[in-house]
Amino acid sequence: MYHAIVFLPLLGFLIAGLFGNAIGAKASEYVTSGLLVVAALLSWVAFFSVGFGDGASFTVPVLRFIETGGLNVAWAFRIDTLTVVMLVVVNSVSALVHIYSIGYMHHDPHRPRFFAYLSLFTFAMLMLVTSDNLIQMFFGWEGVGLASYLLIGFWYKKPSANAAAMKAFVVNRVGDFGFALGIFGVFVLFGSVEFDTIFASTQAFIPAEGGAAAENGAAVLNFLGYELDRASALTVVCLLLFMGAMGKSAQVPLHTWLPDAMEGPTPVSALIHAATMVTAGVFMVARLSPIFELSHTALLVVTIIGAFTAFFAATVGLVQNDIKRVIAYSTCSQLGYMFVAIGLGFYSAAIFHLFTHAFFKALLFLGSGSVIHAVSDEQDMRRMGGLRKLIPGTYWMMIIGTLALTGVGIPATIIGTAGFFSKDAIIEGAFAAHGAAAPFAFVLLVVAALFTSFYSWRLIFMTFHGKPRATADVMHHVHESPMVMLVPLFILAFGALFAGIIFHDFFIGHGYDGFWKGALFILPENHILHEFHDVPLWVKLAPLVAMLSGFGLAWQFYIRSPETPKRLAAQHRGLYAFLLNKWYFDELYDFLFVRPAMRLGRFLWKTGDGKVIDGLGPDGVSARVGDITARVVKLQSGYLYHYAFAMLIGVAALVTWMMLGSNF
Amino acid sequence: MSEWPILSTVTFLPLVGAFLILMIKDEGAAARRNIRNVALFTTAFTFVLSLFIWAAFDPSNAGFQFVEKVEWLGSGVTYHMGVDGISMLFVILTTFLMPLCVLASWVSVEKRVKEYMIAFLVLETLMIGVFCALDIVLFYVFFEAGLIPMFIIIGVWGGKRRVYASFKFFLYTLLGSVLMLLAIMAMYWQAGTTDIPTLLAHDFPASMQTWLWLAFFASFAVKMPMWPVHTWLPDAHVEAPTAGSVILAGILLKMGGYGFLRFSLPMFPLASADFAPFVFALSVIAIIYTSLVALMQEDIKKLIAYSSVAHMGFVTMGIFTMNDIGIQGAIFQMLSHGLVSGALFLCVGVVYDRMHTREISAYGGLVNNMPKYAVVFLIFTMANVGLPGTSGFVGEFMTLLGAFQANTWVAFFATTGVVLSAAYALWLYRRVVFGALTKDSLKGLLDLSTREKAVIYPLVILVIFFGVYPSPILDATAASVEALVSNVTASIDAGRATAAAALAQ
Repeated sequence: MYHAIVFLPLLGFLIAGLFGNAIGAKASEYVTSGLLVVAALLSWVAFFSVGFGDGASFTVPVLRFIETGGLNVAWAFRIDTLTVVMLVVVNSVSALVHIYSIGYMHHDPHRPRFFAYLSLFTFAMLMLVTSDNLIQMFFGWEGVGLASYLLIGFWYKKPSANAAAMKAFVVNRVGDFGFALGIFGVFVLFGSVEFDTIFASTQAFIPAEGGAAAENGAAVLNFLGYELDRASALTVVCLLLFMGAMGKSAQVPLHTWLPDAMEGPTPVSALIHAATMVTAGVFMVARLSPIFELSHTALLVVTIIGAFTAFFAATVGLVQNDIKRVIAYSTCSQLGYMFVAIGLGFYSAAIFHLFTHAFFKALLFLGSGSVIHAVSDEQDMRRMGGLRKLIPGTYWMMIIGTLALTGVGIPATIIGTAGFFSKDAIIEGAFAAHGAAAPFAFVLLVVAALFTSFYSWRLIFMTFHGKPRATADVMHHVHESPMVMLVPLFILAFGALFAGIIFHDFFIGHGYDGFWKGALFILPENHILHEFHDVPLWVKLAPLVAMLSGFGLAWQFYIRSPETPKRLAAQHRGLYAFLLNKWYFDELYDFLFVRPAMRLGRFLWKTGDGKVIDGLGPDGVSARVGDITARVVKLQSGYLYHYAFAMLIGVAALVTWMMLGSNF
Repeated sequence: MSEWPILSTVTFLPLVGAFLILMIKDEGAAARRNIRNVALFTTAFTFVLSLFIWAAFDPSNAGFQFVEKVEWLGSGVTYHMGVDGISMLFVILTTFLMPLCVLASWVSVEKRVKEYMIAFLVLETLMIGVFCALDIVLFYVFFEAGLIPMFIIIGVWGGKRRVYASFKFFLYTLLGSVLMLLAIMAMYWQAGTTDIPTLLAHDFPASMQTWLWLAFFASFAVKMPMWPVHTWLPDAHVEAPTAGSVILAGILLKMGGYGFLRFSLPMFPLASADFAPFVFALSVIAIIYTSLVALMQEDIKKLIAYSSVAHMGFVTMGIFTMNDIGIQGAIFQMLSHGLVSGALFLCVGVVYDRMHTREISAYGGLVNNMPKYAVVFLIFTMANVGLPGTSGFVGEFMTLLGAFQANTWVAFFATTGVVLSAAYALWLYRRVVFGALTKDSLKGLLDLSTREKAVIYPLVILVIFFGVYPSPILDATAASVEALVSNVTASIDAGRATAAAALAQ
């Protein structure tokens, strides 16, 4: 069954990719979507049998891979609760996005290619989440990067799409630089890259305090000249691995590719850049919880980066005008929440938020795709407005998505949308946790929750309420999307509303042990799972208050007095420009890295290779040979007296030397 | 198998083909077709025959197999052939690439077809000979003689600056070789034999090892090529005809790496250990420096040539880690690079044949009318940047892992190549393939022809196959590499012990 879950999308990719033009666009769509639906259903079966069964984790072997002295890796699936949760998320969203795309892309001439890419992406993502070793994970990791590259640049005639695709790949590679070094480090420390072997030795890796201090003190890794003992080596390795996660999951400072990635078709944004691929970093750290849990320093860094990203992305989201970019920054911000949870040792909450976020963020993206579809491919919210009556189905789905994202629910009860359970759990966890960065994270997350609510409702109000700002021609063509696009929205909306109520007890509540069965590792002294329930009432109310204030502000700004935002922007021109330009990260990187690299490249080519190496080497030597021969040629003037004169001088010199030579 | 001299058969079969072509009078289209057919048939048959070597090869045996030995020049110099796990797959790579090269030159070479094909067939014999030779004089003969056909191929069938490029290529490589010849003579006087297996077991004095190592290094470093003696390669690649570039990148560059593994490491282990930091430094510089230079190139072939230098940096780094993973990775990287860079040059050849320019700015938007070409070019681009699932990844990853075990600084800097290679390769792809088709000159281009597909598709399959399932290669090389590593480690330990004892006295 697990083979089928992973390889059906690959089969779909091969059929649509190799024979797409032969069998036609319709057949490609149905084949890939059909296979994905089967895979998704099987994933749910796996989810219930593993998550609610009683088996421990197990390995499904597939094929030999790299086997050589010391390094032994096979292609294999590791099946435990964490895997099946990811299987459900990936395959469900992917199947719905496939179906949705049948409607969304029906004008596009390259549909077989599009569906092939979607299936390729799904396959790579499945390889990532099922991997039983770090190298297979790296395969999936880069594979989703490739699919993302291809899908962002799907409309290859647009220069901006090509630039965004390349940027996504290269920035991700910066993260992979760290990831690869982290894998090397793990291999040196544990002698293996297979999870079973690594996890078996992590428990005993850092000796208990006191007794074996000498053993701990011995250097196990020399990294860049530093002799590291076991604890510091582990921290370094964790930080390197986390660098990979930062790239993939768009955390500051490696987030710049995600907003640009919105150049791709909207279903791609929903699948890759909201629900699945960008959460790979969260998954990776959760998968490696047995390593990360041992390094307080690494977790501290994860918390700080996560909290800062949650805050930063939310501030930028406040002022963006492109409907997709608002949601992209929202994704970036929500990923920050997940990393905060991880940093606090609250892995289950991170995965729970990943799970619920997949539903409501995919819903929001597909909903915005439906809006874009309705208004003739316009993405700027300043040219929308008043669409509520014209596309009511989409409107209500977007409302549900927004409710779930902002976390509407009644505190201290079990009534609420999906985001209410997962997001509030993280915020409460941040209050309850003992880490040095926890208070910092708590404050930033509550502020980010306020901003989240503001920009989400701003999006709703600017798009659906008020007077239409689009041209009459566009408004005339506004139409509700076909059922093939709406049904996936309904299913996702169901998840966005009820995933929290149904599953919270298993993910982070009393059913924790029975559900996870040790798939996530926490140290015995990590009690966050119990402590977050017992926070004071005001902490539980804080996200609600933040959410309501955000809603109120958005209402004030965009319904009651639409002039206020413009006035505010004019008053605080500097701040507005700072936010609108995304804190100038792109400009900074361009100045710091891109341009210097190009200048250096040109310098090394023209001066290094051209002038120095060739100049002193082959060209220089041959030029000198030429010079010398040219001079030698000049000596041969043809005049007899020249030769006689030279001879005379020679004789004189010889005689002088013979006469004086004996004296020396 | 031992009665039938299969190595010699494979080595000299191309010469038979060359002789047959010599018999054909080069007049008219029919004669040319015959010449091409003979060349194709000979190379294809050689390839099939060479597969028997792989089939009969015993991967558990670390020593030399299919050994042939006859008296040759007297005074100990013999005609001695044989392969082990390190060399065997290079023979296969050579015979595999040759038919593709003949096919790639099918229409693009129009003048002097006869001489062209003869040069290629002679070159094939010499290249196979290099990898099979088990006598150092025999090795030297094959190694040096291989320069001549390549010099002619670049100089006669090359581009505008072909004479400059061919002389630069020849002088650079010859300069290194002269020093190697001196070293070979010194070795003969010291050890009294030129037989490679005997020399492998011989312990050269530590002080002598340094000089011998340097002399061999001069030759192999130029061949690889390592920074800073790499500048002949971009010029040679740019001017060489497509098939010449394929052979140059695919096989000739590998001779340097092979030489390090066959001579420098096992014969001069102490010097290798001493010079490893030096080689690491040059490798890392090569990776970063040439990647940055590649970023700014305006000529497609030159860009790929520079990227070859960077990839060879991974190879030299892997070899001098002197551990199993690093060396296996280096061999894998060489084989993979033979496929990938060869394929990239073939891809460039496809558009060069149509447009007769290599300027990047002359292209753009090829995906619109050449979708199949766009796909294969993408696959090789991704293999070039080391995407997992392609053969490029396995070698790169293993060399880096080996380097990390040996020295984290080296691994740290070399891994930046991962970022830089993505930058230059994808930027090239974007400028050539993506975008709207606006240039009038490109609008009439046709997608891959059947002949081009026959050349490129096998490479696509192999690149992905070995990326997913590298075992056939790793199994074949494992035993020999293991033996090599343990011998080298033992010699180094012994040498250190001797030095320590000498100090103590």
